[in-house]
Amino acid sequence: MSAPHPDIPHVAEARNVDWYEASARHRLTTLLDHGSFIEFMGPTERVVSPHLDLFDLPKQFDDGMVVGRGQFDGKPVLAAAQEGRFMGGAFGEVHGAKLVGLLRAALDVKPDAVLVLFDTGGVRLQEANAGELAIAEIMRALLDARAVGVPVIGLIGGRAGCYGGGGLISGCCSGLVVSEQGRISVSGPEVIETNRGVEEFDSRDRALVWRTMGGKNRRLLGVADAYADDDVESFRAATLELLASPRAFDLDALKARQHMLESRLARFGDCSDAIDVWAKMGAEQPTGVPDLPADAFQALVARIAKEHGA
Amino acid sequence: METLTFARKATTPAGGSKPMAIVGVVASGNLEVLVERVLGTDECRIEIATAALGFGDVWAAVVDDFVSRSATGGLRFSINDGGARPDTVALRLAQGARLIAEDAV
Amino acid sequence: MTLDAILASLFPGGHSVTTDDRGLIFGTASINGGRTANVIGVANRSPLGIDEAASLSRRVLELVESKADGPLIVLVDSDSQRMSKRDELLGLSQYLSHLAQCLQLADRGGQRTVGILYGHTAAGAFIATALATSVLVALPGAEPEVMDLPSMARVTKLPLDVLKEKAKSTPVFAPGLDNLAKTGAVHAVWDAKKPLAQQLAALLASVSGGDERDRLGRERGGRPKAAEVAAKVAEAAARASAGA
Repeated sequence: MSAPHPDIPHVAEARNVDWYEASARHRLTTLLDHGSFIEFMGPTERVVSPHLDLFDLPKQFDDGMVVGRGQFDGKPVLAAAQEGRFMGGAFGEVHGAKLVGLLRAALDVKPDAVLVLFDTGGVRLQEANAGELAIAEIMRALLDARAVGVPVIGLIGGRAGCYGGGGLISGCCSGLVVSEQGRISVSGPEVIETNRGVEEFDSRDRALVWRTMGGKNRRLLGVADAYADDDVESFRAATLELLASPRAFDLDALKARQHMLESRLARFGDCSDAIDVWAKMGAEQPTGVPDLPADAFQALVARIAKEHGA
Repeated sequence: METLTFARKATTPAGGSKPMAIVGVVASGNLEVLVERVLGTDECRIEIATAALGFGDVWAAVVDDFVSRSATGGLRFSINDGGARPDTVALRLAQGARLIAEDAV
Repeated sequence: MTLDAILASLFPGGHSVTTDDRGLIFGTASINGGRTANVIGVANRSPLGIDEAASLSRRVLELVESKADGPLIVLVDSDSQRMSKRDELLGLSQYLSHLAQCLQLADRGGQRTVGILYGHTAAGAFIATALATSVLVALPGAEPEVMDLPSMARVTKLPLDVLKEKAKSTPVFAPGLDNLAKTGAVHAVWDAKKPLAQQLAALLASVSGGDERDRLGRERGGRPKAAEVAAKVAEAAARASAGA
């Protein structure tokens, strides 16, 4: 009984926290300014899923979604975090509605930002219809908030990654921070293999999964806007950087995004592997990218961005 | 699902002043423990919802051992269990009791 | 109903809507009052991948830029998102998300987006098209699904017949138009025997633009808690902000 367990939100221990290993509540309390986090609809309210009894599955008191307010760098923010270990962080009715409510509140509260800490496998199948619709509602509420000038920053680096509808929500953010561990994708590796065969995608080939969906490829392509090391301090610094110039939600911004997506298709549309993409980008040793330490990787991102004026 | 409730006389009131604490997560082999300071100082109650049926005796033994060793007076423990082993349960209960025994911020 | 029959009934005043070889729908149509409706969509149960999503979003942005002000109709009979290594490698989530954002921008700019689900759709394709419109209606026989029951049985490790049995007691997880309608995803199921043009006109006259799907889900019994949970969290946020 010596070292504090990672689940215990000791705000004092703060910055030295491993993002991947930390719980949702621990990520939030250490990301935000010391002692500032106030949770809404917390576990004592016991607002649990009404649908898991049917499947004889245990519930969790927060349904895997922690929402609240706090200070970030001295400024008021709303924040949410998914618990990736409870049912894979998947979106169910209550889980999703908590984020919907938080984002809708942003219209009136006008916080300096909304921070969303994704950790999700997508839709919770036991309540699939409610989860799917919650994702659509979250996207609408998120974009409504951005339209009135509230930036929404997504942070991805958890066990469950950011899959399915979570990937679509993340794409709606004003800026996205990802760590190497933060996989972003719509269909998961197993789903692609199940539907298209192991020749299309071998889900047991972990190196393939990481270089295709992992944080490095996502940052190099521009799916994510900033890259963080796997610790809270690094995520905090990257989030601050993105908040300095969040993407707007207007015609000019979406035209720029359209141009980026079409250019990507034109440049890399015939690539069959991430290694090919990175080679075309100009990485000297594309096969070595997965092993690059964070500082060398950041240097590569900066050089490629400079050469392509991105 | 099975629901178990254990009400015990507590010998020592819980220290500190935090109103609640939560530890753990509901996952395979794990559990969440919500601790609330809501009872009389000589009472302790532990409520368990578990998907693993037929382990009432094991839970009773873990609970009795925990209450006899810890300052749990005034505490209500609510557990959602994902099929944790007894040693994991004992660890989480101890973590919850230790966390709520801190002073409120 | 076939797409041709739907278009004829929707736009008796004439239309130029066609489907290309990727299954993408583009065109314009005259509607009542001499206005022009723009039309996009996915036909023939085609998958929505990065190439298709980028083509659709390009069209929507052109319409926003041209300050089109008639409704934007999104017709959907799609597969799920394209499940392939290439699409995921290049960031499918961003392409689908971008399409949904373009639709919402169009709606905010005055082109009321109306989804018409006339066939199948699933998963990410459903979210990026039909569910990204301001109001979604369906035609009888539409087949929305998040995931098919056999796949769901594999993932949940429950036998298929057990899942089918459970599906009878709740609309919350099983595929199908009735189930999705009960959750509030589908505003109304149109009557295929009556002219669709009239039903479209009535819909356009009645919709307000706010997101009413959680309220509908509560009224129809498909989502008992969502509306209340969202409202309570929003209230807590407002209270905390006022007190800070």
